[in-house]
Amino acid sequence: MSQIHPGISQRYQQCFANLAEKNEGAFIPFVTIGDPNPEQSFEVIKTLIDSGADALELGIPFSDPSADGVTIQQAALRALSSGVNTDICIDILKQVREYAPQIPIGLLLYGNLVFARGIDNFYQDMADAGVDSVLIADLPIRESEPFRNAALKSGIAPIFIAPPNGSEKTLANVAKYSEGYTYVLSRAGVTGAETKATTPADHLVAALKANNAPPSVIGFGISAPEQVKEALAAGARGAISGSAVVKIIENNLADNKAMLTNLSSFIKSMKAATVK
Amino acid sequence: MTNQTNKVAEKQIIPAYFGEFGGMFVGELLVPALEQLEQAFVDSKTDEAFQAEFNKLLTSYAGRPTPLTLTRNLSKNPLAKIYLKREDLLHGGAHKTNQVLGQALLAKKMGKTEIIAETGAGQHGVATAIACALLGLKCRVYMGTVDCQRQQPNVFRMKLMGATVIPVTAGGGTLKDAVNEALRDWSANYDSAHYLLGTAAGPHPFPTIVRDFQKMIGEEAKAQLLEEEGKLPDYVIACVGGGSNAIGMFNDFIHETNVKLIGVEAGGKGIDTHEHGATLSAGTKGMLHGNYTYIMQDKYGQIEESYSVSAGLDYPAVGPQHAYLKETGRAQYVPINDDEALAAFQTLASSEGIIPALESSHALAHALKMAETVTEETIFLVNLSGRGDKDLAHVQTVLHPEASNNKEQN
Repeated sequence: MSQIHPGISQRYQQCFANLAEKNEGAFIPFVTIGDPNPEQSFEVIKTLIDSGADALELGIPFSDPSADGVTIQQAALRALSSGVNTDICIDILKQVREYAPQIPIGLLLYGNLVFARGIDNFYQDMADAGVDSVLIADLPIRESEPFRNAALKSGIAPIFIAPPNGSEKTLANVAKYSEGYTYVLSRAGVTGAETKATTPADHLVAALKANNAPPSVIGFGISAPEQVKEALAAGARGAISGSAVVKIIENNLADNKAMLTNLSSFIKSMKAATVK
Repeated sequence: MTNQTNKVAEKQIIPAYFGEFGGMFVGELLVPALEQLEQAFVDSKTDEAFQAEFNKLLTSYAGRPTPLTLTRNLSKNPLAKIYLKREDLLHGGAHKTNQVLGQALLAKKMGKTEIIAETGAGQHGVATAIACALLGLKCRVYMGTVDCQRQQPNVFRMKLMGATVIPVTAGGGTLKDAVNEALRDWSANYDSAHYLLGTAAGPHPFPTIVRDFQKMIGEEAKAQLLEEEGKLPDYVIACVGGGSNAIGMFNDFIHETNVKLIGVEAGGKGIDTHEHGATLSAGTKGMLHGNYTYIMQDKYGQIEESYSVSAGLDYPAVGPQHAYLKETGRAQYVPINDDEALAAFQTLASSEGIIPALESSHALAHALKMAETVTEETIFLVNLSGRGDKDLAHVQTVLHPEASNNKEQN
């Protein structure tokens, strides 16, 4: 981890250390950058930060998000149809970094957006924008080498997903190649709050710990404070909630103020559940 | 790190790449299912019982070998000999049935009880429904709403054979959106379900599996043509959407370097417009649906909607082996526009009494174009990948909008 790759941003490590001191887990909300439009997007992300998010997971919208359920698909389409592209996402990311110099910022996106910019350019541009980690939804370990190398060269933490069906070898590789944090899938399927996590993640988290993985964070299907508690009880250091957050944007498209108010109270309730 | 990388690579039991193209770009969640499929496929090659059952189904159920027909009236140029490989006569109406039988047998071998499929023209969906009815597998087919509209008869066929057809409204409501939805379904249900991908594209090992389950097209055609002519063709021509009929036809000719291979893509309204599906002729390198290949995209990597009068060629990506054949210059890829394909559709019907699929009409149109110009005896082998029954209503609407409006009112 950080000892091996000293160039990697220290924000995740710092964040988890601070939380451990306060005996708290991390709550990490996800939104798509540019949803519902570039102007409101910064306000949305600012609200997540102001309401207590410990780190951010931000998506760059893609036209064909085949690992996402309908809620995040719609978010991507809203962003794209409001004219968002990777350059605009970078502008917004820079604004966010300026507003919150210490918060860890993770990106979640699809591989073709990286190919289109050139792998090395992509990671360098994101590093310049203040991004700490990149998770590519359609990039398994076996295809990851050029991406990992480019990430490390630019000081960005590559993130890999530990799936519920992962073999020992897969989990060992996920542990070996992830920096910053490890994304633990609580269930099969695509993103979405409609399907709750079914399998307890204890064994995954334990296997990752045994392999000295960076801190485990559980995602997929997390939409209520008790699930955050369950994630922490399973040994994870934090929880990611995406579709439930995005749903609040979707439900308040006609009223920007209500959107931010509702986001704020949701984030606060989820964050409160991380206090042990 | 190097050791570890080698260990990861050891798991690949057949190459995942064609040059720089191909790969397995899916979430980690789907990797075990794809590796299981790869293993089952490799095992099946030496499994005599499997091969015997596959071959038996191909001959006694699907109707292989399909004939090779020398056209009599198609070209006005007496120097042009145009042969048609008659996949249109295969059970199900297109070449699709070949590989579907192979994959359905693999699914059973892996102990899967359900089949997920996507379809564009409906031909792959129909073929999948056929195989599932025959082999007792539960079948659900994702199909874009636009495609459901223009391929109504195939929707009905699938339902008759017990398949559930799930219309996909996302995106443009065509094949790429159906693939996305099938991938989502598979991500949740890989334990019990096999994703029976319909073309020689998608993540490894699909491009290889589909090619190998289609390669009898070219093998048969080569033997039949040698029997008829005592020599190989000058040109082998096939239409390319995802590219399964073309790769099945090309495969046995790739090493015959005197034979020119031509893939014909959907030129739609012209490749200088944005309304086409000519990925290799006008696209750029990128990654979609699990493989690195040529795709239609904007400069940021957002996938563009393709367009073609023929649903089966309406796809903004292409199989990775075709990308490789283009890159190495072994095959040439050319666009044929909607109106040229529609003209060939009518020409074959009136001159030979064969109604081709709109997809195959693209290949035919290019052969006809070339046939006009040859100055010495030239043999063209065209893959007539499917029959046009499914396209009749749609072509009637395009050619005679008034007549079909009246018909609808009645």
